[in-house]
Amino acid sequence: MNVQLPTGRELFEPKRPGSAEIAWCPGCGNFGIRNILISTLAELGLKPSEVAIVSGIGQAAKMPHYINANGYHTLHGRSIPIATGVKASNPELTVIAEGGDGDMYAEGGNHLLHAIRRNPDITVLIHDNQVYGLTKGQASPTTMKGMKTPTQPWGVFEEPFNPVALGVALDASFVARTFMGYFKESVEIIKKAIRHKGLAIVDILHPCVSFNKVNTYAWYKEHTYWMDDHDPHDREAAFRRALESDPLPLGIFYIHEKPSFEEQVPAYKRDKTPLWKREPKPELVKKFFEEKKL
Amino acid sequence: MSEFREDVSIVLGGAAGQGVQTVEAILTYALKKSGYHVYANKEYMSRVRGGINTTEIRVSSRRVRAFVKRIDILVPFKKGTLSWVKDRLGENTVVLGEKENVEEDFLDKVNLVEVPLTKMAMEVGSQLYLNTTAAGLIVGLFHGDFEAVKEYIRKRFGSKGENVVEKNIEAARNGYDLGVKLCEDGTIGIEVQKDEKVREEVLLTGTEAVGIGAFAGGMNFLSFYPMSPSTGVSTFAAQHAEDFEIVVEQVGDEISAINMALGAWYAGARAMVSTSGGGFALMSEALSLAGMAENPVVVHLAQRPGPATGLPTRTMQGDLNLVLYAGHGDFPRIILAPGSLEEAFYLTSEAFNLADKYQVPVIILTDQYFVDTYYNLPAPDVEKVKFERHIVEAEPGYRRYELTEDGISPRAVPGYGEEVVVANGNEHDEWGDITEDAELTIKMQEKRAIKKLETIKKNAHLPKLIGKENAKYLAIAWGSTLHVVEEALEKLGREDVALLHFSWVYPLNPEVKEFFEGKVLIDVESNITGQFAELLKKELGIEVHHKILKYDGRPFSVEEVLEGLKGVVE
Repeated sequence: MNVQLPTGRELFEPKRPGSAEIAWCPGCGNFGIRNILISTLAELGLKPSEVAIVSGIGQAAKMPHYINANGYHTLHGRSIPIATGVKASNPELTVIAEGGDGDMYAEGGNHLLHAIRRNPDITVLIHDNQVYGLTKGQASPTTMKGMKTPTQPWGVFEEPFNPVALGVALDASFVARTFMGYFKESVEIIKKAIRHKGLAIVDILHPCVSFNKVNTYAWYKEHTYWMDDHDPHDREAAFRRALESDPLPLGIFYIHEKPSFEEQVPAYKRDKTPLWKREPKPELVKKFFEEKKL
Repeated sequence: MSEFREDVSIVLGGAAGQGVQTVEAILTYALKKSGYHVYANKEYMSRVRGGINTTEIRVSSRRVRAFVKRIDILVPFKKGTLSWVKDRLGENTVVLGEKENVEEDFLDKVNLVEVPLTKMAMEVGSQLYLNTTAAGLIVGLFHGDFEAVKEYIRKRFGSKGENVVEKNIEAARNGYDLGVKLCEDGTIGIEVQKDEKVREEVLLTGTEAVGIGAFAGGMNFLSFYPMSPSTGVSTFAAQHAEDFEIVVEQVGDEISAINMALGAWYAGARAMVSTSGGGFALMSEALSLAGMAENPVVVHLAQRPGPATGLPTRTMQGDLNLVLYAGHGDFPRIILAPGSLEEAFYLTSEAFNLADKYQVPVIILTDQYFVDTYYNLPAPDVEKVKFERHIVEAEPGYRRYELTEDGISPRAVPGYGEEVVVANGNEHDEWGDITEDAELTIKMQEKRAIKKLETIKKNAHLPKLIGKENAKYLAIAWGSTLHVVEEALEKLGREDVALLHFSWVYPLNPEVKEFFEGKVLIDVESNITGQFAELLKKELGIEVHHKILKYDGRPFSVEEVLEGLKGVVE
């Protein structure tokens, strides 16, 4: 791929005093994802006030503090319902829900399932490092079988969660996987995810330099490949690709264009004004009482 | 001859699915339209078919708004009804119905006026017409407006075709004529004066009062997970969502419901969730987030008895402690508990201004008894509802959590202004970024838990005193028990007993203390420990002297409160 590095990145560089010191470990994959996200937003020509990043809890979820955009750092696993509420209240905003694999697939698993059904026009970015970083190295839902951790000293024996297969199985609107080590390609994928109307899920592989000694930068390079010949509108092919485990395919697996949640709620059928600009309708309340007199 | 004057309590009882609710709806509508004051309340079992459900309808020449234990006329649709309500039957109770629906034990004990309701329905064509026959019969006893019955039937059954409408009208007419005949031949005598004013009034339920109050307050987002007895409010909102152009969404669980509402408020919507105790328990985590992030939210909680699933379809004021203490850490909240339908309308609408202004959770506590209560009232004055928007524009340098004297930071919403809005559930600096700074933590804790709380307290509504200021005895009630205590006091007829009713339950304005000085305090509430009395003790150091508590899952009746008060004052 050949992508121009965007101008306008400086808009998204935070200037608040609390943003100066980044709490990620040196060498953490999250730095790369931050760079990718800033470039993506700049390339899309957005303004910081037009973007809202809603995060859960974990290292990944600290993103709103390291980017200049509207942000809401919420609770473990809860970013998706909150982001859904934000988008449904103001469809003019570009809304991104962000969190780690534990945040989105464990604590917030139920929310992800129902978001796929609801199809809000939000982008869900999962920083997938296959381990719990902030709590120091316990297994996450995507940890590979056999990996030994302080809390699974015998080695993980649970089947790892396959977010891509789940997304395709539930007919999600947009499902992709990337590795943050591929900068330009990742920008391209997330740009498409944000532009996509409806729920877009992007699983972003990245290493945890402190707690995951298995899935390193080199490991991801060796155990992934780009799908160059895949038609994302072919659901069966997408599902077959999703089941491949080694090497892991990267790219856009599945796209199903369908109406978004906000397009279907009665709030916007006649009037596109965001809810915060709206006022009560006393005339309708009066009418209700008139009818109750009868 | 059995005679009833001024105020008649009619109870209909039958299996779930037999249409007791249909009769309730026709009667309240037609009798109100005929110019009678009406009140209705139902009790029902947690099942879809079978069991015994009852509805009490009071028809009166003056305003009545409370549940009475007394049954004047009982209409059983099913055998077993009399046993179910046996402690409510008195010497004067008339059982109006078929012998087959009266248990043998009761046959020689009650005044049975046999009316062949089933036979009459069958003559029209089917047992399905039993409800409308019975409804017609009762309206006939009052010589009510039969046109109103017809109107209601047309409205209710219109979509089912002309034949269904005509058959139901015929059934109701036969019932009506029989009712009139029972009066004319002297079997039953009823004397209740009409009040012309009633015709111009509205007939509402607690559910509708909360729902329309929310709309009046500008609610434009409601997310919910169904749970009795709160679901009615969500249903109401959904049915009006297209007219009012709002978002109503049934979500996967209560956790999603409140989080979605938090997101909506963050983006500037006015959002509400409607739930009951069990659902609210799941929302505590997000309530804590609302506290830390100073994210407004409005919660309607219709109480039912707990713990756990408790009695799903019954009533209790047992969740006060839950809403007082839900969430970890210290943060303020506002708890409102309307006593009348008017209050439910005004307070629910105000809840949105309060949430917007103070950026705290505002909880509206009702209960099963309250949401299922109907009565006529003058239409609330929509002009009195003020829409106060407290959103500011995010200008350069904007700080979401700016430290201020009164503890209230200016709240901007994303997309309004050039600057960004950063909200945070972690401890944060004024810009919303994470901090672990000790001094800043102290300032932020004080801002939320002390300064803001003090600001709210100063502006908290005072309770309503009913009766004389210098009364020796003061009954204390909150929420849904307003009218029942009020009527019990009227019946007691003593000038030295007054009522202090709280619909603003928390936080309490320090001025409230003055109401209690030098009085004998009688706490009346529907839970086993006297949760509100504990709150008075904790917040204001007030000790109540007597407690009248009820906790069997049934609402207080006027008679029970009266007995309780007599036990104290006589």
